[in-house]
Amino acid sequence: MTKFSDLTRLPDARGHFGPYGGRFVSETLSFALDELEKNYAAMRDDPDFQAEFDYDLAHFVGRPSPLYHAKRWSDSLGGAQIWLKREDLNHTGAHKVNNTVGQALLAKKSGKPRVIAETGAGQHGVATATVAARLGLQCEVYMGAADVERQKLNVYRMHLLGAKVIPVDSGTRTLKDAMNEALRDWVTNVDDTFYIIGTVAGPHPYPLLVRDFNSVAGREARRQSLEQIGRLPDALIACVGGGSNAMGLFYPFVEDDEVAMYGVEAGGDGVETGRHAAPLASNAPRGVLHGNRTYLMSDAAGQVSDTHSISAGLDYPGVGPEHALWKDVGRVNYVAANDQQVLEAFRELTHMEGIMPALETAHALAHAKVLAPTMRPDQHIVINLSGRGDKDIMTVAKLDGIEF
Amino acid sequence: MNRIDQRFAELKAQGRKALIPYITAGDPGPEHSVGFMHALVEAGADIIELGVPFSDPMADGPVIQKACERALSKGTRLLDLFDMVREFRRTDTTTPVVLMGYLNPVERIGYDAFADAAAEAGVDGVLTVDMPPEEAVEFGPILKARGLASIFLVAPTTSNARAATICAHGEGYLYYVSLKGVTGSASLNAEDVASHLAPLREMTELPLCVGFGIRDGASAAAVAQVADGVIVGSALVNRIADSADDPAAIAPQLKAVLGEMRQAMDA
Repeated sequence: MTKFSDLTRLPDARGHFGPYGGRFVSETLSFALDELEKNYAAMRDDPDFQAEFDYDLAHFVGRPSPLYHAKRWSDSLGGAQIWLKREDLNHTGAHKVNNTVGQALLAKKSGKPRVIAETGAGQHGVATATVAARLGLQCEVYMGAADVERQKLNVYRMHLLGAKVIPVDSGTRTLKDAMNEALRDWVTNVDDTFYIIGTVAGPHPYPLLVRDFNSVAGREARRQSLEQIGRLPDALIACVGGGSNAMGLFYPFVEDDEVAMYGVEAGGDGVETGRHAAPLASNAPRGVLHGNRTYLMSDAAGQVSDTHSISAGLDYPGVGPEHALWKDVGRVNYVAANDQQVLEAFRELTHMEGIMPALETAHALAHAKVLAPTMRPDQHIVINLSGRGDKDIMTVAKLDGIEF
Repeated sequence: MNRIDQRFAELKAQGRKALIPYITAGDPGPEHSVGFMHALVEAGADIIELGVPFSDPMADGPVIQKACERALSKGTRLLDLFDMVREFRRTDTTTPVVLMGYLNPVERIGYDAFADAAAEAGVDGVLTVDMPPEEAVEFGPILKARGLASIFLVAPTTSNARAATICAHGEGYLYYVSLKGVTGSASLNAEDVASHLAPLREMTELPLCVGFGIRDGASAAAVAQVADGVIVGSALVNRIADSADDPAAIAPQLKAVLGEMRQAMDA
């Protein structure tokens, strides 16, 4: 038995991952979560649902995504071989669509004509708007006003897809405020609305079902590693905001004790400056936000802290509860990469491999630059290349002093 | 006997219904809150719900969101609320005070430390919006050991099976949320409320109090016909917002709004 075999038995019946997770919501939402839990439990074991999901992943999303050996970049770092799990090649350009395809099927089965979502960088919003368009569902996406400003391209993409983007002006005007507003919408329109949460956070059963839908990437990567490398990789790396792409890659390997795992949070200006979005790497206190207990950046009075990151998608003060547990039991090493390191990694991969990563994804790449040189050339790292960088061209151009 | 139970016993004996105002503590500045509490009692409050300001009030509409922002911008912390209640208790030893807010500030202080401080200050009940009874397994007994009532919400969407669980865990009173939505939402239908309260009456002896959507004497009186208590928040917080720059003008307005409700309910 492996050291970490218990980890695949979670969450418990109430959605707890050890002390984390749970269902901390106002009473109005309890019935909707009970209903979702019941529907999902039935569908999880239903071969027809799984077949429909698999079909959509193959023919709509374009799975399986390749596992690509980044030879030039590996050679230049002078250590381990780096393999990229190409989630950027999915339809809509990121891992997010794996989850929205699954949740859209749930929404359809539940008969609700309207879906809502929160989004940070806009990738989850785009992925939600995409599946809503395909199924003819009404779609509204909440997005922090600050993020609407820095991710204009994705805002327009959602508009073209027929979704309504609602800028959120409260609080810090970023992802957490978008999630507050989406929860307020849901509590008001709970009868006809399905809330498609974009990460492995939120109240039970969301962390469970988002994990399940994203795990397809890890299952493929495990199989591809055996085929292409001839064995399991020595290490996995993924960026962590809420943690859905990391969860998707890591989960199918969680009992493989010999595979080291690194979750890379947004270090912003540097964890030591306090201006970051790295609750795990900074050892933030335990707290409750958006329906679950987790590591949560907050001040001594329990007010949720402002976060800072160059990437809107990681700009969140909490993290999925299963990651919180994995930190405590030592299964995953959670580290941070700061904005400067992230930009260097973004440019390096673009130049050396012809692959332009999302700034979120570039956090994982930044840690590969640290880790790979400490390993031997016959060792292997698999990185979740969770999204493509088209949406970030404006942000990078601005830093280069270029205005379009 | 807890002050809340005492108060409901008195009201029942008098054939009257409870009027329960909510204000966000520290809005528009922590120095004003105790004065507002006394003003509310003078205008006919039976119980006071004192809101703990929070950075992310997910169940609240814009009115109380902004109240939280004003209170936090003046540095109001959960610890300051204990000082406020302690000061309030110097001259008012009978009006029950319920702290209403979100879980995170309590988690940060720690359940035991919170319960000790609340009981010592003279708090009577605690309503944590994002903590249903299933998640209160640890917190509930800690409150109970200090004589603090755990007050829970029941919503229009709550099934009878869940309502029975909530009734079994609830103390003080049940807070029935009159509509699907956030605080400060539009309208309340008294008939609809009555039909939801009927099955609850079968399940519990707890007083049934109704909040969300009560904005004037007429809606307060309509709810008082069918419930044991009327909870009013945004209608008061709106008055605070209007005069946030002129705090001296606020207390008379709170008294006017609440006084009209008291009169309509007692008529």
